[in-house]
Amino acid sequence: MMGDISLPILIASVLAASAPLIIIALGETLTEKSGVINLSLEGVVLFSAMAAFVAAKVTDSLLLGFLAGGCAGMLTGIIVGYFSVYLHLSQVAVGFALSLLCRDLAYFLGNPYSRVPGPGLLTTKVPFHEALPSSLQIIFTQPLTVWFAILLIGALYYFFTFSKAGLNLRSVGENPEASFARGLNPSKIQMIAVLAGSFLVGIGGAAYSLSLKPGWGRPQGAEGIGWICLALVIFGGWNPCRVALGAMLFAFLQVSGIGLQDLFPGVPAQVFQTAPFPLMIFTLIFMHYSIRKNRTQGHTPNPLKQFVQNLLMARAPKALGKSYKQE
Amino acid sequence: MKNKISALSIPRTTLDILLGTTLVVAFTALILLIADAPVLAAFKNICLGAFSSTSKVSQVLSVWVPLVLCSCGLLYSFRVHLWNIGIEGQIAMGAVAAMAALRIPGPHNPTFILTLAFFASMLGGALWGLLAGLLKTRGGVHEIFGGLGLNFVAQGFILWLIFGPWKRPGIASMSGTELLSFDLWLSTPTGWRVASIGLIIAVLVILLSWLILVKSRFGLKLTAIGQNPRAARLYSLMPERYYLKAIAIAGACAGLAGFLQVTGVYHRLIPSISSGYGYLALLVVMLAGYRIILLPFLALFFAALNVGAIQLPIVLQLDSSLSGVIQGCCVLSALFVLGIRQKRKQS
Repeated sequence: MMGDISLPILIASVLAASAPLIIIALGETLTEKSGVINLSLEGVVLFSAMAAFVAAKVTDSLLLGFLAGGCAGMLTGIIVGYFSVYLHLSQVAVGFALSLLCRDLAYFLGNPYSRVPGPGLLTTKVPFHEALPSSLQIIFTQPLTVWFAILLIGALYYFFTFSKAGLNLRSVGENPEASFARGLNPSKIQMIAVLAGSFLVGIGGAAYSLSLKPGWGRPQGAEGIGWICLALVIFGGWNPCRVALGAMLFAFLQVSGIGLQDLFPGVPAQVFQTAPFPLMIFTLIFMHYSIRKNRTQGHTPNPLKQFVQNLLMARAPKALGKSYKQE
Repeated sequence: MKNKISALSIPRTTLDILLGTTLVVAFTALILLIADAPVLAAFKNICLGAFSSTSKVSQVLSVWVPLVLCSCGLLYSFRVHLWNIGIEGQIAMGAVAAMAALRIPGPHNPTFILTLAFFASMLGGALWGLLAGLLKTRGGVHEIFGGLGLNFVAQGFILWLIFGPWKRPGIASMSGTELLSFDLWLSTPTGWRVASIGLIIAVLVILLSWLILVKSRFGLKLTAIGQNPRAARLYSLMPERYYLKAIAIAGACAGLAGFLQVTGVYHRLIPSISSGYGYLALLVVMLAGYRIILLPFLALFFAALNVGAIQLPIVLQLDSSLSGVIQGCCVLSALFVLGIRQKRKQS
């Protein structure tokens, strides 16, 4: 099916393509777990990608480029956080308007730098590169963003599951009133989650313009990614590992688009890029029905069904999207 | 315009509007300074680009028409507190349905086939909206995610049509399907760029929406359900049914915009047939505070920005996305002022 693409190369390219997706989707997961939905992803990814590329180009430093991307993301996070957490405005409205604003801001400010050659992150070899078999050599020779993304999955999983701060954050996302009664400051925690999440989104945007699709232009190539990551967070059921798996699945679809095109001639590659959306809708419907069934029937006897259900079962943070007002 | 916001005292409202406008102008000026561009020249060029000639004004109107249609549609779905982000896909599916009707083979009366396309587009948009609505009421999928998903599905569907069954004889390309035969083009006054029937439809839809939303029982029911779905149930109003009705009407309006894009503007089906007007309409409606009175004027303002910015790249070597920056900033400033006002009321 894949023609003459070998398996290690396929795995390597899927990993490389999924890294920014993982970083962005995990950033959004962090934010949503605290009960705030940041709908501005689509624009913020482009804005931070532009900021990162311009900063890296001007200072000739990749590190500063990534930092600039992260800070650009955080800057938008301040707006989302202040508007939705402290002014209690509709999170959806703020996020949506900001998304369009950031996208056009990125095109406008990035215009002088479009189609200009600039620095890009190269792949690095892992230690003991020579000692590995050649297939692993191919898989492991990746830009640093891939390793960062993989570390981030573990770090977030640990943070949510085992750390006190993670528990506090989740409790705010589930029930801010009760968290307040327990002595937490929900607004502060939400604000921090929004800032940290949007910083990660910014890093993810930088990973596009500095590593996966180096350079800036209109279109950059990261268009639509923000919406996809929003879908991935739901598809992954707000669980860092599953979100990352979803991102890899999507990256696989993206990479194998060329192969699939041979299989279905006449269908343009862009059609396959819309695949995550129907998948997301199916997941949401499935979630809805499995939760309802559990309520009415108690348990499902079929073990296979049970397994699939456990795999796909997910519940959104209860206070997601609701604005918390302190009494 | 101002006395509509009657709940608040006039001076304070004026102050708020002034504050919002200052924010927008200051932010835009700041962005222009960052981009090292002449601030006043940029503003002047946008105005000139939108209003300096009849042809340009008519171009503004050609953006105004789909914008007004979509934002009127959105008013219905916002009434019941549905965030119909799927409007973009509803425009696209309206355009597809219109195109399907226009492609019916055999000799036909052009007026008949255009009328058919007109209704087909409404049906196509309404069905696509209904799908998002059903996903919400039956499938438990939030309308934002369902709508977004359907937008991308519609986009994929159009691409498939253009590269597959409806491809141009010879070579399929991103530039779209074959041009419609000339007798299927909506008539446009000479020197103008907007079909006169499009303007008529837009004005009719505004008036009709005003009647339905403000004056009719149906509008009252929608408002009641939006305000309190649980209480509405006690008055034997089924919220789900009205959600579906509202989103279907929104879809039908968007579908009409798709029809006009196909028959009046592009005369073919192109991949970006919706041109982002659905998303822009969401901004218009938010800025209008979900009120129909302000809507046509704000839509005109946004359309003028869009068209005025087209000549920025040629004259000042600036990207035309400045219009989007100003539009987004308008909405955010309005939200900011609203938030401040609410906070002030509380304390």
